Amino acid sequence: MRIAYYPGCTLKTTAKNFETSAIAIAQQLGVEFVELPRWTCCGTVFSLTSDDLIHHVAPIRNLIRVQEMVKRKQVDDEKRILTLCSMCFNTLKRSNLRVKENIEDLKKINNLMYLEEDYCAEIEVIHLLQLLKEIGFDKIKAKVKNPLNNLKVAPYYGCMILRPLEVGIDDPEDPTIQRDLLEALGAEVIDNPYKKVCCGSYQTVNNKEKVAELAFDILTHAQREGAEAITTCCPLCSFNLDFRQKEVLKKHPDFKQIPVFYITQLIAVAFGLDNKTLGFDQNYVDPKLLLKNKGLIK
Amino acid sequence: MEEKNNIMERIAEANRPVTTGVDEKDIKDWVTIYIMGKGYRVPADLTILTAIEYAGYRLLRSVGCRQGHCGACATVFRRAGEYKLQADLACQTRVEDGMYLVQIPFSPAEKAIYDISKEPYDASVFMKYYPEVARCVSCNTCTKSCPQDLEVMDYVQAAIRGDFELVADNSFDCIQCGLCAIRCPAEIVQYHVAQLGRRMYGRYGLSMPEHLKKRVEEIEQGKFKEAMDNITSKSREELEKMYAERQREPD
Repeated sequence: MRIAYYPGCTLKTTAKNFETSAIAIAQQLGVEFVELPRWTCCGTVFSLTSDDLIHHVAPIRNLIRVQEMVKRKQVDDEKRILTLCSMCFNTLKRSNLRVKENIEDLKKINNLMYLEEDYCAEIEVIHLLQLLKEIGFDKIKAKVKNPLNNLKVAPYYGCMILRPLEVGIDDPEDPTIQRDLLEALGAEVIDNPYKKVCCGSYQTVNNKEKVAELAFDILTHAQREGAEAITTCCPLCSFNLDFRQKEVLKKHPDFKQIPVFYITQLIAVAFGLDNKTLGFDQNYVDPKLLLKNKGLIK
Repeated sequence: MEEKNNIMERIAEANRPVTTGVDEKDIKDWVTIYIMGKGYRVPADLTILTAIEYAGYRLLRSVGCRQGHCGACATVFRRAGEYKLQADLACQTRVEDGMYLVQIPFSPAEKAIYDISKEPYDASVFMKYYPEVARCVSCNTCTKSCPQDLEVMDYVQAAIRGDFELVADNSFDCIQCGLCAIRCPAEIVQYHVAQLGRRMYGRYGLSMPEHLKKRVEEIEQGKFKEAMDNITSKSREELEKMYAERQREPD
């Protein structure tokens, strides 16, 4: 099945490993990502200001590109656009919702983009985790060649795929989608309440230390419960939890570094896919030793 | 001095509007245009550039090749009764009745200084020298203002994600008129961003062509030294004679 795929800038720069691993596992499951032609920035941060329509132009323009793909029969799924990055997911989905619920806003945005065809507000934005759930964790389990036995993994969700309620893909207070997925892969899941605590988000740009403190709390809490690895599905959460361990270590010399995976990287390991798709060279804390010790990679 | 005047006259002659020598009574179609707010009646078949000159202005800036290649004659205008502000090249655009226009001889733009041999081949180079690219809201105003019909917004977006090939391909025909930068609500200097992208792509994205490599080696080994010395040692008269007697294809 071919589905329209919106990468976003991070997937093409600092989170290439998220993209390569996601494309590879999807292929195993019979799904082909067709990259949106001429995609632009998702809008990055959903604008809450009531009259600030210009910041919804970018997300809606991308949704027009999906319509164009459907017309050109470049995809089989004719209603949906798939995202990997939680931030892109959140911004695209909320802007979509805004124009679906406010026809005047949609008209104004369509008027501004008079060179484009009108957006009909019929496209749906979904996140990879939703697609995987839809495919079925049983089917995913059947593809596992390398069960993640004895690997203790704490899933981390962040906020962008959970909040606000109207766009969230799971229970915002107690999400379980990654737990169910990891269990299908054979991992031992360390579910803990810090899985939805804020990672610090964009504060990481000008307040590294604050973000390092948040990362320290999130990571050490999972470690106390026995976690050996963390999974995320957001490049920004991943950056804050993984790369900020450098700053964590400066302030807390006793801190033991812990690998942070994109959930797709662990699925790829369980599927027995080759190192090229895993892209561990882009992870800050090297996860290879842990996986070797568990006999999961050579 | 006399020779210099002579050259200036020849240039002036070449630049004279197409209506020169045509009697005004023989011109059937006239339009009224407003140059910087002042109305002029001009022949309807002129370009904006020649119409400005017909109206009596002498352009020292905002004029260049007159053929749509150099990007010097950027102009902005509104058509009668239209709210849309248009942008184009004055030498490539016909006057229309009721048009309001002004020339944009120069676009004030920060131009970064960099050494491409010291920069990493990834998106961070754009963020370092032109961080304002991240302010792009995808409004597409730059694309709409481009007289070369380039997909300007698409290459700015490509720069944000470090797609150098797309930046280079989409901006290849840029003539650096600056209209995109003047119109951009995010104050991005698109054409300088594109130039950085093309330079980076040329150095890191494209491989050295075999034939060029071979020719550079030949030059370094002195293959053309004798021929070059031969020609550079000739007098002006000898060179002119050689030029006149050169082998050439029939016209």
